[in-house]
Amino acid sequence: MAEVKTKSEVVMNRVAIVAVFVALIIMLTPIYWIASTAFKPRSLATTVPPTVMFEPTLTPFAKLFVRRSQMREPVEQEVYEAAPWWEKLIYDDGENVVRNRRSGDITPSGYADRYKNSLIISIISTFLAVSMGTLTAYGFSRFKVKGEQDWLFFILSTRMLPPVVVAIPMFLMYRTVGLHDTHLGLIILYTAFNLSFAVWIMKGFIDEIPKEYEEAALVDGYTRLQAFWKIVLPEALTGIAATAVFCFIIAWNEYAFALMMTNRNAQTAPPYIPSQVGSGLPDWSVIAAGAFLFLLPVAIFTFLLRNHLLRGMSFGAIRK
Amino acid sequence: MARVELENVSKRFGGTRALKELSLTVEDGEFFVLLGRTGAGKTTTLRVIAGLEKPDSGRVIIGDTDVVGKTAAERDVALVLQQYSLYPRLSVRGNLEFPLRPKVRKMKDDEIARRVERAANTLQITHLLDRKVERLSGGEMQRVSIGRAIVRDPRVFLMDEPLSALDAKLRESLRVELKKLHQDLGATFLFVTHDQVEAMSMGDKIGVLRSGRLVQVGSPSDIYERPRNTFVARSVGSPPMNLIEGRFSDGKAEVNGFSLPVASSASAGPAVTFGVRPENLVLEPGAPAEAKIFDIEDQGVVKILTLDMGETRLHATVPAGLHIQRDETVRFGWKPDRVLTFDKETGQNLAVA
Ligand SMILES: Nc1ncnc2c1ncn2[C@@H]1O[C@H](COP(=O)(O)OP(=O)(O)OP(=O)(O)O)[C@@H](O)[C@H]1O
Ligand SMILES: [Mg+2]
Repeated sequence: MAEVKTKSEVVMNRVAIVAVFVALIIMLTPIYWIASTAFKPRSLATTVPPTVMFEPTLTPFAKLFVRRSQMREPVEQEVYEAAPWWEKLIYDDGENVVRNRRSGDITPSGYADRYKNSLIISIISTFLAVSMGTLTAYGFSRFKVKGEQDWLFFILSTRMLPPVVVAIPMFLMYRTVGLHDTHLGLIILYTAFNLSFAVWIMKGFIDEIPKEYEEAALVDGYTRLQAFWKIVLPEALTGIAATAVFCFIIAWNEYAFALMMTNRNAQTAPPYIPSQVGSGLPDWSVIAAGAFLFLLPVAIFTFLLRNHLLRGMSFGAIRK
Repeated sequence: MARVELENVSKRFGGTRALKELSLTVEDGEFFVLLGRTGAGKTTTLRVIAGLEKPDSGRVIIGDTDVVGKTAAERDVALVLQQYSLYPRLSVRGNLEFPLRPKVRKMKDDEIARRVERAANTLQITHLLDRKVERLSGGEMQRVSIGRAIVRDPRVFLMDEPLSALDAKLRESLRVELKKLHQDLGATFLFVTHDQVEAMSMGDKIGVLRSGRLVQVGSPSDIYERPRNTFVARSVGSPPMNLIEGRFSDGKAEVNGFSLPVASSASAGPAVTFGVRPENLVLEPGAPAEAKIFDIEDQGVVKILTLDMGETRLHATVPAGLHIQRDETVRFGWKPDRVLTFDKETGQNLAVA
């Protein structure tokens, strides 16, 4: 390809670069805000105007994982000496750790558990939604289904009303069948949310894979399922990656149902993080630390799949 | 190796009847060409045989077993398509190995390697084995597609216009190679095409398909010399057979007011259609009929003339050395023993019917 560019193309290119830059600033500012606040000492978290230059500290992260109380009287010297570095950070900040009455162990905050819940629920529900969605889409794409258009519309229509509308009946149903505050409950819920979306996106991708590939495999002696594994799945990987990222983000960030359907056992991070605001001390740097760690999996997941995503986000438009 | 037989096979897609009671036999080791225009049902026929499409009624027999209830995998046939039969993710070698890898075959790796090697040698694609499929030219791709079919030693080869996406030169050379391959393998081939030259030059036997029905089956010369009806007559030969309406009178053919000799002296009767191939029209002074030259196409060895005989347009193939000019009026006749007569209404060949 010859690199011949006209003047107007050069100008357009510059304009595009500026536009991308502006968009990046708008999108990255909140992330910068969260990230920087997470490393600020409590006293600098809410200054006006915001502090830009400061000495970063890990205190908010230490506090995030431990149950704390206001310090009534200074810690005894020998306790302080014996404490690990992160515990000292908490003492230095004028707070005390809450210990188990009997064993004397430090009690962890709920954050790690909620985080684990978030991971379990999001990963499993994403896996279910994507795998069921891919199979369903394959069926719609390759076989004659009676009333295909109606079925597809029905599947899509489950997304047409805001989910919160059905929150109360769902809540009552979950109570009755014992799914309230269980991992399974949220997994089912998020899988159901994402399934219709997964079916539609995957259908677009699978439709683009020529069915001749599978038919050749069938004639060659493969079963339909083997042909699906060997031919369709590798070809659909781009679409699967894109769908998985979307589903994961939706499940990971979901707030309203998580708040309503869980309280301890299966609670995910989103309802937990803000609940810390109200517990006596609105410590913004701790909340920022929680939010910061919460952003990481999506960032990592997206980064790992970036090659597939670049092609996948265009919904197969540039595939040939 | 096996023979293939279709017995009264019908297949409809919604409102369209793709195959109508189609019966067809391909003998063991035969190179059978199915010739038909677009939409005639050629692909459908192959798909029914391969097991990718279930016929609504009728029997499909491969070897001596009815395979209608069997899956594509169980039928042990190979299908070569016009396009899309290679996996873009795999190398040429990967593509050639693919048909040998299904679990049901339980084939050992060294056996697979041996077969791939052999197929690659046969098709002269050994140097391409480690290339990605996307980087192949059209001709190379089609060779690999054929390779994919021959590695397996299937009972029957089904080919759906495998050459039609290639340019003329390549098509010609692959045609010869395929023919040779057929002789070497001695396998049963069912080859589908809409190209009459391909059909004529490759087929041991040709079946002419028209809207889901087989119109005529025969050797290339049968089809060319003794077409059953005007449809078949115009399906082969280039330019196609001239069809001229006229009638018999006094043991001669009467067309456009001219009187021409015929060999088969049918009695004076109802109006008929005379069929005569362009090479059987003869331009000579004093010949019985007259026409004006509308166009001359010089093909080197021969010239193809377009003639206007009154309202009727005719084609004639004459030696290239003949000196003639556009708009010239010429006298012409035909070789009486090469003239066919068809029923004017039904188009049936009166000699065959
Ligand atoms: N899956 C299908 N759904 C609906 N109609 C079909 C389907 N497959 C074939 N047909 C119809 O059946 C008829 C025969 O089709 P077929 O593909 O066998 O023709 P063909 O002879 O192979 O034509 P071509 O030379 O264009 O490939 C056509 O009218 C076609 O539109
Ligand atoms: Mg076809």
